[in-house]
Amino acid sequence: MSSGATTATMDSTLLPSLSLRRRLTNFLATCAAAGSVILVLVPLGAVFGYLVYRGLGSINWAFLTQTPKPVGEAGGGMANAIAGSALILLIASTVGVPVGIGAGIYLAEYGRNRLGNLIRFTSDVLNGVPSIIIGIVAYGLVVLTQGHFSALAGGVALAIMMIPTITRATEEMLLLVPTAVREAAYGLGVSRWRTTLSITLRTATSGVITGVMLAFARVAGETAPLLFTAFGNQFWNWKLNQPTAALPLQIYTYAISPFDEWHRQAWAGALILIILIVVAVSAVRIAAGRGMLKGGN
Amino acid sequence: MANHALGAPRLTGPQPVPKSEVASGAKTQAEPLVKAGSSLVADRVFFLAMLGCGLCVLALVALIVYELVTKSGLSWHAFGWKFFFRSEWDPVSEQFGAWPFVYGTVVSSILALILAVPLAIGVAVFITEMSPRWLRGTLAFTTELLAAIPSVIYGLWAIFVLVPLLRQYVEPFLARYFGWTGLFEGAPYGIGMLAAGIILAIMVVPIVSAITREVMTAVPQQQREAVLALGATRWEMIRTGVLRNARAGILGGVILGLGRALGETMAVTMVIGNRAEIARSLFAPGYTMASVIANEFSEATGDVYLSALVEVGLALFLLTIIVNILAQLLVWTVTRGMPARSHV
Repeated sequence: MSSGATTATMDSTLLPSLSLRRRLTNFLATCAAAGSVILVLVPLGAVFGYLVYRGLGSINWAFLTQTPKPVGEAGGGMANAIAGSALILLIASTVGVPVGIGAGIYLAEYGRNRLGNLIRFTSDVLNGVPSIIIGIVAYGLVVLTQGHFSALAGGVALAIMMIPTITRATEEMLLLVPTAVREAAYGLGVSRWRTTLSITLRTATSGVITGVMLAFARVAGETAPLLFTAFGNQFWNWKLNQPTAALPLQIYTYAISPFDEWHRQAWAGALILIILIVVAVSAVRIAAGRGMLKGGN
Repeated sequence: MANHALGAPRLTGPQPVPKSEVASGAKTQAEPLVKAGSSLVADRVFFLAMLGCGLCVLALVALIVYELVTKSGLSWHAFGWKFFFRSEWDPVSEQFGAWPFVYGTVVSSILALILAVPLAIGVAVFITEMSPRWLRGTLAFTTELLAAIPSVIYGLWAIFVLVPLLRQYVEPFLARYFGWTGLFEGAPYGIGMLAAGIILAIMVVPIVSAITREVMTAVPQQQREAVLALGATRWEMIRTGVLRNARAGILGGVILGLGRALGETMAVTMVIGNRAEIARSLFAPGYTMASVIANEFSEATGDVYLSALVEVGLALFLLTIIVNILAQLLVWTVTRGMPARSHV
């Protein structure tokens, strides 16, 4: 890790004896590496800059409280899409988080065998499946069974996407907990399940929550699996078995539409989406830092 | 990332990975002290519940395969292997061929890699070997922030910022000076293969650079010191001491990026133009496997049409799975033996 400092001193002592060509190559390579960092930061800055520049002016009270107006009418908002996203994410978390953490516990505590390796491998495979494919599966699984597009189908699709991320994060975090801690619990006569839940998982809580929150942030902006599961809706909907609007879907629909008013709202929606992701992530972070972790007892 | 949470146990220093034999051994010793019966039952129930969750993961992948295979059967029987090599996509006469989509997916992904890989490796080299220490964490965090931006927001940005930029400045420039290659011909719409490649490149950079950084960090420090001791410049040290040792892992990262690019849907759908054509020019619109599913799945009328779309999905699934497994194997060859750490 200390290569930076070491190299600097070595360079200065060795410079006189180095050929110009070698020094030049070294200099150019350094410039190229630094240049690529700058080149990568430009789009990042541009995306965030544009989001704030185009989005901020369009966010107002109406945008946050009203449903979309028909084409041609100014005003209206994305309130139903924000609520729909919340509903879908709630379903996804309710299904995905327990299963993901459970699978992680299995891998960390019981998974040092062939079945464990198989599950580990499968979970990595599942992590790499394109989100649109998950959409097809959720369509076949829920939409075809129910007979129409629904919030539930969207939630199931996102849950499937959350599970592998949470599983591997939980496993990694549980494995970081020292064996001595487990042995101490066993030594006090605590049963194995109790040790896992109250000692091991508890010690690793913040890591596990970080994993959950990353999975959440990943699916919160997902659009592709919702296209033919949640489908979108111009009106309020709280029923699980009805088509539901979702923020990313609404952004997509508005972005590819030909109307300036809708473009404006798409930017506002995108800004809200980014803010929601950041807020959700920080809220979980703060709760984890304060509530469950402080004592660890 | 989450290490701060483990402050308390960390005080005891680095610990070996727990072995289940140790745990079960400890349990049998503890048993006489507690009511053995209830605890045994509870342990059993808990184990089965956790096993159930683990098996869920297996079941999900099995379910995906089952759904894709059964639902694409109709199209498979109608067209067979030729499905992937036919260029016709005509829902009215129910003639389907996936070749334009396969072509669009592969070309846009490879274009993305050509643009992204040098940048990503440059970023990784700078962060791990050149950057001052105080800047290192910030840079790593910032580049990985690129991966947290939802695909649909990249698409939105591309439509309103990248595409006009390409149309007005970049594409006329390319057509004028590189038009002779045949890759940059035709009307500069802005929207098309080039725009898709660029937006994919932006999305792939953080993945490739994160893996590259990881495998570069896995190269032992002594390698660097040994090369430096022989009188190498810093770049020579990086090239011969670090990159050469990490090349299998870097290749793995590149392939992992390819896997992401192949399956990426929204941003590409929004800028690639969605026309099932094969053109040599990168200015021309195209279509990818993921975008055709995104655009047409919910409107597909007729069983064969739907089945053809699912078959496109099956092909995409298999392609990404193979690519991802290959990438995992390559990364493992370098980082094997490293302690478990968060990849995110």
